[in-house]
Amino acid sequence: MVTVSQSTIIDAPIQAVWAVLRDFNGHDRWHPVVDRSHVDDGLKTDQVGAVRNFVLTTGERIRERLLSLSDKDHSFRYTIVESDVPLLNYVAEVSLKPVTDGNRTFWLWRSKFQTPKGQEQELKDVVEENVYRAGFEAVRSAVSSTPSMLHSITTATGQVDAKAISINRYGGPEELLPIDISVAAPGLGEVRIRQTAIGVNYIDVYCRTGYFNLLTPPGVLGMEAAGVVTDVGSGVRHLQPGQRVAYACPPVGAYTSVRTMESSLVVPLPDFIDNETAAAGMLKGMTAEFLLHRVHKVQAGETVLVYAPAGGVGQLLCQWAKHLGARVIGATSTEAKARIARAAGADHVILPGERSLEDQVRDLTGGYGADVIFDAVGKDSFAHSVAALANCGHLVSFGQASGDIGDWNIASLASNSATISRPNFGHYTDTPDKVAAITDRLFAAIRDRVIKVDVGARYSLSRAEDAHRALGNRETTGSTVLLPDISSIQ
Amino acid sequence: MPEIYRSSVLKVSSDRVWDVVRDFNNLPAWHPAVAESRIEGGAPSDQIGCVRAFRLNDGGFIRERLLAMSDYDLSCTYAILESPMGVENYVATVKLTPITDGAQTFIEWSAEFNCDPGREDELIALIGDDVFQGAFNALKERFGG
Repeated sequence: MVTVSQSTIIDAPIQAVWAVLRDFNGHDRWHPVVDRSHVDDGLKTDQVGAVRNFVLTTGERIRERLLSLSDKDHSFRYTIVESDVPLLNYVAEVSLKPVTDGNRTFWLWRSKFQTPKGQEQELKDVVEENVYRAGFEAVRSAVSSTPSMLHSITTATGQVDAKAISINRYGGPEELLPIDISVAAPGLGEVRIRQTAIGVNYIDVYCRTGYFNLLTPPGVLGMEAAGVVTDVGSGVRHLQPGQRVAYACPPVGAYTSVRTMESSLVVPLPDFIDNETAAAGMLKGMTAEFLLHRVHKVQAGETVLVYAPAGGVGQLLCQWAKHLGARVIGATSTEAKARIARAAGADHVILPGERSLEDQVRDLTGGYGADVIFDAVGKDSFAHSVAALANCGHLVSFGQASGDIGDWNIASLASNSATISRPNFGHYTDTPDKVAAITDRLFAAIRDRVIKVDVGARYSLSRAEDAHRALGNRETTGSTVLLPDISSIQ
Repeated sequence: MPEIYRSSVLKVSSDRVWDVVRDFNNLPAWHPAVAESRIEGGAPSDQIGCVRAFRLNDGGFIRERLLAMSDYDLSCTYAILESPMGVENYVATVKLTPITDGAQTFIEWSAEFNCDPGREDELIALIGDDVFQGAFNALKERFGG
């Protein structure tokens, strides 16, 4: 049995060091030998039993299971379950203790394992040097490269006043009321953001009316915004004060001029995306990304039907599907919106007329139908969508702007062997890894002009009620944003 | 039950610190508050159960029993039998851990005790600052830290 025990002092408070080490899936962000890491089966990174998969920079793979985790003792243990490196019966423990004399941290990393005969010393050296000591140095620089972090631990205790839009009860746009709030300083793993643009989405309407239970009144609405980081809490590594950022995810609460958010949900913005574009395009762009690349991998030559093709998500779906080589049909209500849809890449646009939607789709496709349909209309469209599908087609129902779809007899889908999906944004964006993968492709698509985010309307935050009214009346095209600073309205 | 925890870093290897701390009768040599000490009954100072009786510079008299000592863990646990501090069930542990990164020592000193509820904060500060941190400061001066 080989025993390895390495220890060091990190010149940072124990909370800051623990915030880095506690993330069982976070080694790829700081350890020089770990290139990639992911956790099996969607388990949380702090779920005991979670298995992380490392791909090392050398190409070797290691799978390790979390055996114990203690926020009280600041320690965790793990074991190797599968490895390209011959470490057998390997159990390791990472533990931190506070150095009260100077507010520093003592870090002990130790393990016991067996190796093939003759490789004991070689592998002991590798674990000691390349894994443990290299890890010490990486964390040392990770916690010291954000000097603002230590600063904020001691000084960012103050609350900040902000203007927000709240509802006291479910209802119409008139329930949106401007209020004054105090925004707490960022705690462990959090950042505080001065928001400069806030996205308005149909999901906000569902929250306002109570159709979705994401918000229990009283509370602040909103799912996405962009702005500038003003403070960071301890343990935040990838964000710094002054950095431009955006987010698009629960929890709701984006309709405010200042917000404190879980930093892992917040994405840094590249230079080529301004804050307004980010606020207008994050949630809708991420939606388009997972609809076209994950829910249904759109292939060149497929026929894609997009409802509301002039809307925020609709325009992005048209642009992106066209870029992927699909034949795009838009279904909308007015000639003005049809023009926008064509400009966004729709090859054909269907308007209400004497012939039904499904007949018009069949007319355009020589009787074939649509391979995939992206339908967020819901009640009014669902039956037409099913009828417009090609055999073995895929109906992606991702919203219900016109109301609930109601009960459907699954046997009726046998008429064309339809596949139905009902994806939920939350399930595609509930881990930092998923968000990073989606936003990477989204930002690249914006950079390469595959898609263009269209800001159709701007309102001051205090006029959120008007923005909701316009959205409800289907008066909008493109994306609507709320601007906390009234002087920036164009 | 009030608890005290203090820790520090000494810039010297743990075996050298252990040489100093291990001797249960050696407080006058390294603790600035202790004037003189003896082991009752002439017992060896590393015999578990032995009692040290010592006098502080301010005249206070304290008796403590050695409960546990480990040359493997570099730790020593003792209980107060008699003191002017007004504590009961007082058990404390000093423990050294080598810091492999540079031949240093992580020293921890912890205690649990009972006392009048109104005196908890005062005693935690007194023992933590004067007894534990005071000893750390003396050791740092001795070894560098």
